[in-house]
Amino acid sequence: MTIGPASVPVLPRGVRLHHDRVRDTWVLLAPERAIRLDPIGHAVLCEVDGTRSFGAIVAALAAKYDAPQDRIAEDSRGLLTGLLNRRMLELTE
Amino acid sequence: MTVRPPLAMLAELTHRCPLSCPYCSNPLDLARKETELSTEEWAGAFRQAADLGVLHLHLSGGEPASRRDLEELVATARGAGLYTNLITSGIGLTERRLRALDEAGLDHVQLSLQGTDAAMADRIGGYRGGFDRKMQVAGWIAEIGFPLTLNAVVHRQNLHQLPEALDMAVRMGARRIEVAIVQFHGWAMQNRAALMPTRAQAEEARRIVEEARKRLLGTLVIDFVPADYHEDFPKSCMGGWGSTGLNIAPDGTVLPCHAAQTIPHLSFDSVRDRPLREIWYNGAAFNAYRGYDWMPEPCRSCDRKQIDHGGCRCQALALAGDAGATDPVCARSPRHAELRAKADAFAAGSDETLTYRSFAPAEPA
Repeated sequence: MTIGPASVPVLPRGVRLHHDRVRDTWVLLAPERAIRLDPIGHAVLCEVDGTRSFGAIVAALAAKYDAPQDRIAEDSRGLLTGLLNRRMLELTE
Repeated sequence: MTVRPPLAMLAELTHRCPLSCPYCSNPLDLARKETELSTEEWAGAFRQAADLGVLHLHLSGGEPASRRDLEELVATARGAGLYTNLITSGIGLTERRLRALDEAGLDHVQLSLQGTDAAMADRIGGYRGGFDRKMQVAGWIAEIGFPLTLNAVVHRQNLHQLPEALDMAVRMGARRIEVAIVQFHGWAMQNRAALMPTRAQAEEARRIVEEARKRLLGTLVIDFVPADYHEDFPKSCMGGWGSTGLNIAPDGTVLPCHAAQTIPHLSFDSVRDRPLREIWYNGAAFNAYRGYDWMPEPCRSCDRKQIDHGGCRCQALALAGDAGATDPVCARSPRHAELRAKADAFAAGSDETLTYRSFAPAEPA
């Protein structure tokens, strides 16, 4: 499965963002897994709402952080593909 | 040494269970219902765990559905901010209870599998009709939409069903499967001759898992617990003693791992007497095998000590007579050759005699 501009990523049930107040960091919680998110990872996953396409997410992040779209797309695709392979993300389109 | 907060907690809500699997990881001396923590006591423990830094709460047993307050406990745990995972055989769950658990915010279900057909599953679980009931429960789980992990416990008598277990997981829509070759603690220690896989089976299981991982990438995540006795390096038990997780037994005893009470010289605290935070950071049992200072050679100077932490303390006690020894599973242990011979001898044992788990007869009045 590859993530294209029209793909709509969504966090499936049982996978959720959680603010870890003890370690003061954001984590992605999933069955038997807790992934500590760096600020970039957190920013990407905050845009994943199950309605917007990957293309729209990249454009939003590029505008927000004033960064080149190619770079944002590459980083985000890497993160999301890893989650996809671990069944922690799904594509609706 | 810096002790970090725990990430996961296993709450053994009860030792009661309709099944009587001969490899149950519960202790031989099962805790009776009247000793179990109350709803309020568990709720307090969950809140303390969340404050301490625990992220994942595994609700286990025995069979956690044997607790009539399970739904309330899940709601409390979610309220405390914990990720709630129910580890169940499915027996005792009805569609109505599952909907109530959904309502309570249960995050994930882990369903155990004793075999892939009724003949195998019901014989191993010691419970007639259990398999059919489990399949019914699996249907409700899928209907409600709970994320599902199948937990296949495999051993010499059902390892040939591993490919079918993987297919079943896919058919059920499970996202994950845990393929766990029986670990010999608790009741499984009584059944080593009946359950020990052969070396060839252990290798075949690894090959099947590796092939399936490639074939099912993005469909099914496979976690694999190999046949410990046939390995050359020990498991990183609990990811290091007192480093990542803790267990609470039905009566509130706080343990570094579920078998820790087999180590006779350790003393354990209860959440009934002492705050969880204090037990985690200062409890004698937790500090007994933390870090590296307790290690003998060859562990102390070993390049793998940060990988496997010297292996399993309970197994070192069971196999070497010393909980502070190198786990004999390790090829660098002086007892490794002896263990290898023992494993092969067990693997040649008879399938017939299974000792099922059971409560000790009541003391005479």
